[in-house]
Amino acid sequence: MSLAAPGPISQESAARSYLRLYVTLGRTSIMQQFQYRLANYFYMIGMIAEPVVYLVVWSTIARQQGGAVGGYTPGTFAAYYIVWTLVRNMNIVFTPFGWEQRIREGELSGHLARPLHPIHYDLGFFAGWKVVVIVLWLPIAAVLSLVFRPELDPSVGQVAAFVAAIWGAYLIRSMFLWLLGMITIWTTRVSAIFEAYFAAELLLSGRLLPVSLMPGWSQTIAGYLPFESTFGFPITALVGPITTRELVIGLVRQLVWILIGVVAVRLMWRRAIKAYTAVNG
Amino acid sequence: MRPEQPPGDTFDPVNDPTVAVSVAGLRKVFEVPVREAGLAAAVKSLVRREHREVVAVDDVSFTVEYGEIVGFLGPNGAGKTTTLKMLSGLLHPTGGVASVLGHEPWRRERDYLRRMTLVMGNRNQLQWDLPALDSFELTRAIYRLPESVFVAQRDELVDLLGLGALVNKPVRNLSLGERMKAEIANSLLHRPEILFLDEPTLGLDVTMQRRIRAFLTDYNARHGASIMLTTHYMADVEALCERVVVIHHGAILFDGPLRELADRFASHKTVVVTLDAPADLSAYGEVVDASPTRTTLRITRDATAAVTARLLSDHPVRDLTVEDPPIDDVIELAFASGDTR
Repeated sequence: MSLAAPGPISQESAARSYLRLYVTLGRTSIMQQFQYRLANYFYMIGMIAEPVVYLVVWSTIARQQGGAVGGYTPGTFAAYYIVWTLVRNMNIVFTPFGWEQRIREGELSGHLARPLHPIHYDLGFFAGWKVVVIVLWLPIAAVLSLVFRPELDPSVGQVAAFVAAIWGAYLIRSMFLWLLGMITIWTTRVSAIFEAYFAAELLLSGRLLPVSLMPGWSQTIAGYLPFESTFGFPITALVGPITTRELVIGLVRQLVWILIGVVAVRLMWRRAIKAYTAVNG
Repeated sequence: MRPEQPPGDTFDPVNDPTVAVSVAGLRKVFEVPVREAGLAAAVKSLVRREHREVVAVDDVSFTVEYGEIVGFLGPNGAGKTTTLKMLSGLLHPTGGVASVLGHEPWRRERDYLRRMTLVMGNRNQLQWDLPALDSFELTRAIYRLPESVFVAQRDELVDLLGLGALVNKPVRNLSLGERMKAEIANSLLHRPEILFLDEPTLGLDVTMQRRIRAFLTDYNARHGASIMLTTHYMADVEALCERVVVIHHGAILFDGPLRELADRFASHKTVVVTLDAPADLSAYGEVVDASPTRTTLRITRDATAAVTARLLSDHPVRDLTVEDPPIDDVIELAFASGDTR
């Protein structure tokens, strides 16, 4: 019997192969999400209820306090929460809850049978989704701007930093939610941990209110955690007020959190694979 | 209890160039939580969780040569899928060693994962909402296939599997059989050297089963790929596998040519005799079925030769056939023998 000939592999560089992979994943995701464009749109419209509530409440407080709270006027609050809607969508990644289904339905086994770390699949797939999200977000942002009149006058540097920061936020949140989701490989009783994480994130990220409006002690705690880099910093990078030095520090801090996330995912993934038993997977 | 052998510590890849898979003393023990029904048990489990060990695979050893097709048979829960998962790098064994294409599977080296494929009949790797062609493109990117190789392999698979225009329809609109064919095509685009197929014809109609069997035979002949498949359809086994490995309660009951399976586990043969005139043949063996001139007898294997000789000399025989029991019955006998071990 003749020996099987191995299938040939492309001779292009690893970087080029990964680029091709991410482009293909992104394209696949875009095609898939456009199948659900109406569902996506309704989801986004439903999602703006949260920032609109925050915006109305804080704008009212600002007016009652003589026009501003902690330097935020109704106009800057409007800018903060309209940018919030984009950042929130950029922050949507593969959730820890998805891990349970991924294991139960045997999807993880499918991923493990391929010569690709599944995090690349998730990163590429959700990155593609962002393109759809941004396209759908533009008219929503236009309507919100007409209604709430945001005060937004960013510099070119701020816009550039914002573009980098929203993708940095995406990577940080992807890594940390992947870490959280991997716990499912050891135990399915993880919903409480997930909820605790999301509660901490809500309070300390700048999602509920700008971090600068929080008490000093909670700002200190937030400084040691990754949450602000995924929410408050990208918004403030565009809305301000922020100095060039603060922009650079914010981006460097994001980079550090990405590196911490990458290393932690690598270490935990090695252990998770060994622990993965998936009787039904 | 046998001492556990940590995987990897004594790994010695097989150097025999004809051997694609070599497994020795493979063992997998799952730890599963145990909880009785009822509120009291639920409260108790909050404080103290109890576990028990389930031996899914126990001291399994075998080899598979390059180009060989081996049927991996056993009842549900026998350890077939667990073994395939260990060999495809999805599960870490509790003990034992294995070499597949010169790799230790659970090291999950990228080079190894590129050279094998795992197809699970009840799982879907294709993008549900998109045409299969889009999933093929994604597979191409994941396996880093050069454009020309990808196109040639894709077209060959589409042709061999008779997929035609189906690859342009969203996967969700395909029938189960059509989806399975597309799934197989997607799994073979990188031209794997070894195929682990876990019930590839599960739930398919007879025509589709036959088509997939024909394809696998053809693929094996064209590319010399080794195939290990689990199935509950004996037609798959008879059409594809010259050799079968029967596993039960995690241990191997039989490993050898399919034709020898009946010799091992079937204690009887079936003799069908057609005579020119009616006759009572109950003296020759157990009469299973009888019409005026045609009688079906159940005869012990050892006595078959002597009984058929006597029948031919005593009666005017128009036709006589000696058959092993149907393969389903033989497999059932094999499983039953495993239950009584």
